[in-house]
Amino acid sequence: MGITKTKKATVLAVGLGLLTLSACGSTDSGSGSGGDSKTVTLVSHGSFAYSKDVLKAFEKESGYKVKVLKSGDAGQAVNQAILTKDNPQGDVFFGVDNTLLSRALDNGLFQPYEAKGLDKVGAAYQLDKDEHRVTPIDSGDICVNYDKAYFSEKKIEPPRSFDDLIKPEYKDLLVTENASTSSPGLGFVLGTAAKYGDDGWASYWEKLKANGVKVVDGWEQAYYQEFSGSTDGKKAGGDRPLVVSYASSPPAEVVYADPRPKTAPTGVATGTCFRQIEFAGLLSNAKNAEGGKALVDFLISKKFQEDMPLNMFVYPVVEGASVPVEFTEYGPAAKDPETMAPKKIAENRDQWVKSWTSLVLK
Amino acid sequence: MLLRLEDATVRFDGRPVLDAVGLEVAEHEIVCVLGPSGSGKSTLLRVVAGLQPLDGGRVSLDGHDQSGVPAHKRGVGLMFQDHQLFPQRDVAGNVAFGPRMRGAAKAERAVRVKELLELVGLPGAARRRVGELSGGEQQRVALARALAPRPRLLMLDEPLGQLDRSLRERLVVELQELFGELGTTVLAVTHDQGEAFALADRVVVMRDGRIAQSGTPLDVWQRPVDEFVARFLGFDNVVDATVTGQAADTPWGKVPVPEGSAQGACALLVRPAGVRLVDVADGLRCTVAARTFRGTHVAVHLQPGGAPRLEAACALRDAPEPGDEVGVCFDAAEIMVLGGGPAA
Amino acid sequence: MALPVAFFGVFFAYPVAAIVVRGLKLDGVWQFGRIGEVLGDSGIRHVLWFTTWQALVSTALTLLIALPGAYVFARFDFRGKEILRAVVTVPFVLPTVVVGTAFLALVGHGGLFDELWGVRLDTTVWAILLAHVFFNYAVVVRTVGGLWAQLDPRQEEAARMLGASPSAAWRRVTLPALAPAVAAAALMVFLFTFTSFGVVQILGGPTFSTLEVEIYRQTSEIFDLATAAVLTIVQFVAVGLILALHAWTVRRRETALRLVDPSLTARRPRGAGQWALLGAVLATVVVLILLPLGVLVERSLDAPGFGYYKALTSDDSGIFLVAPIEAVGNSLKYAGAATVIALLIGGLAAAALTRRAGRLVRGFDALLMLPLGVSAVTVGFGFLIALDEPPLDLRSSWILVPLAQALVGVPFVVRTMLPVLRAVDERLREAAAVLGASPWRVWREVDLPMVRRALLVAAGFAFAVSLGEFGATVFIARADNPTLPVAVARLLGRPGALNYGQAMALSTILMVVCAVALLVLERLRTDRTGEF
Repeated sequence: MGITKTKKATVLAVGLGLLTLSACGSTDSGSGSGGDSKTVTLVSHGSFAYSKDVLKAFEKESGYKVKVLKSGDAGQAVNQAILTKDNPQGDVFFGVDNTLLSRALDNGLFQPYEAKGLDKVGAAYQLDKDEHRVTPIDSGDICVNYDKAYFSEKKIEPPRSFDDLIKPEYKDLLVTENASTSSPGLGFVLGTAAKYGDDGWASYWEKLKANGVKVVDGWEQAYYQEFSGSTDGKKAGGDRPLVVSYASSPPAEVVYADPRPKTAPTGVATGTCFRQIEFAGLLSNAKNAEGGKALVDFLISKKFQEDMPLNMFVYPVVEGASVPVEFTEYGPAAKDPETMAPKKIAENRDQWVKSWTSLVLK
Repeated sequence: MLLRLEDATVRFDGRPVLDAVGLEVAEHEIVCVLGPSGSGKSTLLRVVAGLQPLDGGRVSLDGHDQSGVPAHKRGVGLMFQDHQLFPQRDVAGNVAFGPRMRGAAKAERAVRVKELLELVGLPGAARRRVGELSGGEQQRVALARALAPRPRLLMLDEPLGQLDRSLRERLVVELQELFGELGTTVLAVTHDQGEAFALADRVVVMRDGRIAQSGTPLDVWQRPVDEFVARFLGFDNVVDATVTGQAADTPWGKVPVPEGSAQGACALLVRPAGVRLVDVADGLRCTVAARTFRGTHVAVHLQPGGAPRLEAACALRDAPEPGDEVGVCFDAAEIMVLGGGPAA
Repeated sequence: MALPVAFFGVFFAYPVAAIVVRGLKLDGVWQFGRIGEVLGDSGIRHVLWFTTWQALVSTALTLLIALPGAYVFARFDFRGKEILRAVVTVPFVLPTVVVGTAFLALVGHGGLFDELWGVRLDTTVWAILLAHVFFNYAVVVRTVGGLWAQLDPRQEEAARMLGASPSAAWRRVTLPALAPAVAAAALMVFLFTFTSFGVVQILGGPTFSTLEVEIYRQTSEIFDLATAAVLTIVQFVAVGLILALHAWTVRRRETALRLVDPSLTARRPRGAGQWALLGAVLATVVVLILLPLGVLVERSLDAPGFGYYKALTSDDSGIFLVAPIEAVGNSLKYAGAATVIALLIGGLAAAALTRRAGRLVRGFDALLMLPLGVSAVTVGFGFLIALDEPPLDLRSSWILVPLAQALVGVPFVVRTMLPVLRAVDERLREAAAVLGASPWRVWREVDLPMVRRALLVAAGFAFAVSLGEFGATVFIARADNPTLPVAVARLLGRPGALNYGQAMALSTILMVVCAVALLVLERLRTDRTGEF
């Protein structure tokens, strides 16, 4: 009896094992990293998203098969790409933003390629105009969001600008993220640095601290725990009606609600924004450079640009690409968002984060 | 009375394991509870020890009701069937455990350990690991450990169960001498009647959670109260019979019974010594099926025609060979009418 | 022995060494000066100090709260015990993001404690400590409880008969026998809390930082590989010291124990004291584990008509190319493969470690635990730069994920099986050998039947750990087939009630998958107990 049972268990275990192996194997068959010229591989971070049929259309048109490798957050993905640049995992990298751009360029991650259709991309987005190592793909704004219900109930005007945030009527209302571990947190700090300059930003933060800004580690905690404007933040007892998030968050609140409300429950303080631009580039040592070039062209094609907003909640950079109605209806565009040259960011970032940490957290 | 159980009852899942058991043990007495496995004898010890709560009845020690007294405060010792020596401690550590729990000073403990190890015949074993001990040695250490805190009642669960025969026989004698010398009160349980009879002042036979019979070893041996006790003691010649006057009707024919036996249907025990071998013509005709050498005598297994087998005891030189045909007649002095009605 | 050594060499030592060397060697010149520089930094020293003391306190607290639980699960029979044993393991597999959310509902603003007593623990060190207990409760209950159930209760009774009170009997007889398992559990809890990442980030707020968080920052955000390398070495040394200490204490205590069938040792509680103990343990489990988990379930059901669950089956959300629900299948596949690998490697290692007691082998014993003490980010980056040449170019292969997960599973397998294997009476093996069994057959016929229970416990752990692994899984580039924790994290990364609700629904599914897998294992286990 014991023996038959044992045998059964063994058979079962081996069977399961084989099943698992074969099942997994089949999903990824032919996983040479872009070795053959018919496959082009795109490397990106975990939040990269797209519609299947849009990519299929490209595959059909160009004759390339696209393989997408995603891993980690934006910072990790860039670092991974740098570490593996001699023997890259793919041909194109998407997802380096202006805060990390210098790191990527200084490390020689990309090779120059002037994408077809670049002339339709706004000049303000083209941060590597001279060498064309990277091509801008999308942009987004990191802005303070507010809880509409809170401000209408209290009959206070919601804040509009950085200056507003340090006013007494907004005391103890703002929650932001740790600049050393969160990308919106960093963006917000960079926004203040751009606005108030190298000398002024620290004293701005002193005032903000005196005005009761709360800092949590990540966007998820800020938005879903502390912010009273998100459905779940309210449920979790969040009592901060101001949060550092994105200009596209209010539309998302509408799109990702069932049933959709008529108006967004949150708004954007349009004068508190910092612009993030995401780039793609042809990797140095790409095995399928031709395919990679076609893929970069595709990323700034009107088709992809118009598909992108509702998948990644970002804005297109190509002129003439229409913005989805949800964006225009529920999310006002940022007013003159702060920007900063990637080189300046690269030079000062660590120092700023360090001073910010000792100023605000200690 | 040192120990008194009144109506002690324990149920497992509603099934009684101890069923209204009453038992008394006097000071310096050695009582052996004898019974097959599952008869409830180990539970009886655990009840006295306080390891098994009662569902009914009570246990008193020295006249004090023990309900609510936890195991470690009852002052009784228990030697477990498989010793349960602590593997993390050496021999001395095991023996000293009890005195230590009672707060004995280090020097005092050392003296006691030495004393007890000498008593059980293991001087110099103090620093040995218990894993290295032989079965007999473990037995002795377990005994020393149980005796070390000077329990008022020492309980032994199958004390010699796992040992080989010669060692067992030697140890029975040693134990008996030792307990006599120390004046220890002992309550032991065993399934081995030889062990019980050799060790005990009084034997208690248990069956299905009840006490079937209690008495001196001789008493129980000579007068088992019913078929169960008789068979448990190793008697196989038990049959249904109907007694009329001084004779009984049995499958073996008419058999004489002692004077004054109860009349009517009953179970009848014929001791092997009461089965006499005679000429084929002079008695019940039987074929010798087998012989077993028993040291002092030979047990001869006889097969009568159309009746249950009979066992006879006879002297070595008189024993017939298997296959021989013999006659059998019965000796009324070795026959007894058992209580408890006809055989099942 | 060769296989486990090769496995660890190729998939652990080599990648980690590669990334450390990459950090410390700039243009072919060693940067040993960085070591002094980093260690001299007062901020880093503060992090090191906080990391150590919170881990010590968390471990002590976990043992204090979970040991009664281990006893109750080992020795008492009560209705729903199997389910409960599976449920307490669930926190272990949940991604920390999710757990943080759930735990805040308990100790955070407007949480249960806040409403009942006005107590808020979020952003205090208490929240971190309690969450560590929540996470590691099962580690103690399972490793200690597993051995406890097999200890002969008559050992304790023997002590009682010699005059020891119940607590003295426990202290002097049971505890020493349990010591190896307790030490093993304590070690694992310590390693987990020492390298705690998500819990510290979410519950501690930005003012608390562990070494692990610092390594993550230096590697992922700041990209200062030299500092990260030094910190990795520091963590290595610290973990190495702990392991040495552990090995030293355990070796002094391990003895052959007489193990019995666990079904014989458990019974229904009797008397007010035992019922009270059972009640207290159950209450702890309810407050500490069921309540936070319940919050997740409740939130996942917040939309009418299981709306969030229905949304999981549609593939137009854009975050994934497939319906999020397919993450269940991915997770099961990866975890299944990881469990097979972990059992194979861990089983072989444990068997070898029981047989041979040479110094080299004992060193390997400690080495097996190291993956628990190394940051997932370090291993992930290491994989990327080390495994990039054929035949080892596994960077975009699916097998890399279960391999990384198995690295974390192996220590569990070894730790769970070693105490039991070492407790197997050597004479049984000798008996089998004399009867003509080869060493492999001896293992198969003698050891395996006796350790099957431990093996299943180990398998459960390996499976659960793989199921919940996030750090390395999210890190390893692969085609888009996310596991459950990865899918949850991606959903949580975007605004909108529907995303949040789906994340909660997926978390609930993750919980259920884990609980069911563990329950199946428990079943297998009870079927078998008759064999030994």
